[in-house]
Amino acid sequence: MGMTMTQKILARHAGLDSVRPGQLIQARLDLVLGNDITTPVAINEFEAAGFDRVFDKSRIALVMDHFAPNKDIKAATQCKQCRTFARRFDIDHYYDVGSMGIEHALLPEQGLVAPGEAVIGADSHTCTYGALGAFSTGVGSTDMGAAMAAGETWFKVPSAIRVNLTGRLRPHVSGKDVILTLIGMIGVDGARYQSLEFTGPGVGELTIYDRLTIANMAIEAGAKNGIFPVDDVTRAYVQDRVDRPWEAVEADPDAEYERTVEIDLDQVDCTVAWPHLPENARSAREGKDIAIDQIVIGSCTNGQLPDMAAAAEILKSRRLASGVRGIVIPATQSVYRECMHRGYTDIFLDAGCIVSTPTCGPCLGGYMGILAAGERCVSTTNRNFVGRMGHVDSEVYLASPAVAAASGVAGHIAHPEEVLK
Amino acid sequence: MNAHGTAHKYGDHVDTDVIIPARYLNTQSHTELAAHCMEDIDKDFPKKNKPGDIMVAGLNFGCGSSREHAPIAIKAAGVSCVIAKNFARIFYRNAINIGMPILECPAASEGIGDGDEVSVDFDTGVITNVTKNETYQAEPFPPFIREMIAKGGLMASLRAKEARI
Repeated sequence: MGMTMTQKILARHAGLDSVRPGQLIQARLDLVLGNDITTPVAINEFEAAGFDRVFDKSRIALVMDHFAPNKDIKAATQCKQCRTFARRFDIDHYYDVGSMGIEHALLPEQGLVAPGEAVIGADSHTCTYGALGAFSTGVGSTDMGAAMAAGETWFKVPSAIRVNLTGRLRPHVSGKDVILTLIGMIGVDGARYQSLEFTGPGVGELTIYDRLTIANMAIEAGAKNGIFPVDDVTRAYVQDRVDRPWEAVEADPDAEYERTVEIDLDQVDCTVAWPHLPENARSAREGKDIAIDQIVIGSCTNGQLPDMAAAAEILKSRRLASGVRGIVIPATQSVYRECMHRGYTDIFLDAGCIVSTPTCGPCLGGYMGILAAGERCVSTTNRNFVGRMGHVDSEVYLASPAVAAASGVAGHIAHPEEVLK
Repeated sequence: MNAHGTAHKYGDHVDTDVIIPARYLNTQSHTELAAHCMEDIDKDFPKKNKPGDIMVAGLNFGCGSSREHAPIAIKAAGVSCVIAKNFARIFYRNAINIGMPILECPAASEGIGDGDEVSVDFDTGVITNVTKNETYQAEPFPPFIREMIAKGGLMASLRAKEARI
């Protein structure tokens, strides 16, 4: 029986010729990731277990991004614990204020993930790196702590859903609209425990950033991972970033999928997920009656340079509607710098937005944009659960940067066409 | 190993943001996490929950973030078992790793009501609804997982194993 991309990568990392869905395997890891919320718990476990060395100081990445720059004394204490650990073991890839970015934008940018690799991270959106043809999945802190010591972990080999993409995206439609449409089709548990394997001629029409956004939200369909084939788009992205040998893995022609979901990219419109689940996907055109108080443009889902460009295109020479607060968060230092060079920062400021240093802050209701009772936000983040961005009676509407920017200008949920006409 | 307590009933897709809101993730204190467990969907939970009580939910319990703080908060609140139709995969793994007993059982999820008195036999997977005089069969964990949970989680069981060698 043929194997999917995910199954093949797992087999290689387990030293096996083949694996089958449901099989429990022990697999070697190319990278272990943690952030300032999950790493402290992992360090506690690591130290309580009596470990006194890490498996490879060049294969651990610790990124201070969730509550950093430190939002309060407790957050500062957690970052300090991570910093002390990183110094103790001379961790190569420790990213603190000044070098850090939002982890899932930062790691691909820094060339820390390559096609065919296997990565775990104590953050559920670790599945982002499937965009590069890697197997990557989120785990908890105990798994991270054990993996920092052992360099391997156990997996149950997932079965797969094939998502066959055809056609090409229409103007103003992006990867965010594709993944919200998919989650709307299959539900927040539609791919529970499975891998989402993206295939078809439509893949070549997607930029690497579209793919990063799509893979990032695979977890919002319950998936273990989401993964894209490796093509010229992937190679162009990794060739100047990754300086170690890597090998792309292809699915076998006779790989087995539990089912196939077809998406014609031509039919995807700008999509918004209404509260309080990412599966509540509707056309952005249905939101005229939803007045908003805030927009957030950023996060591990949509904080990359093309996301900033899409927002700047809409906001150029326009202003946010009266009463709307705009928070723009470039995901990494280099995206932040490029926003300045390209004039996006001026566009955002002229529109009445603020532009923040990289942080996960508002996405998870940490800080930098908490909502009061009754307030509504159109956000380019990934979750709209009850209380996600603040008060339990606030609402988060998930959307692309173009839709968030257009909504900020309109004062209600808006399709970019409504603002640009 | 057994559990016995009053059921607290919830619906589908109970996410980690409501199990323990991110605004409390600046602490690792188990008692502090327990004090805010479930407060965004059930603000009375910390008051009405008694040690040994059982949480019962529908589909996809624990979806969302990878925060291990979620099963830690539930365990530290004194909950003796979570029964659901099924669990989100990261939560499932985290719960076992920290020694928080969980069982998948659609029949129990349907049959048990809020406030029912429930007991669980982890060795056999039999769940008894004392209030309604019903029993439901869950797939019991294999012995190595039961031992891991009994020892208090993955790391504790690794330490116990090393001590034996």
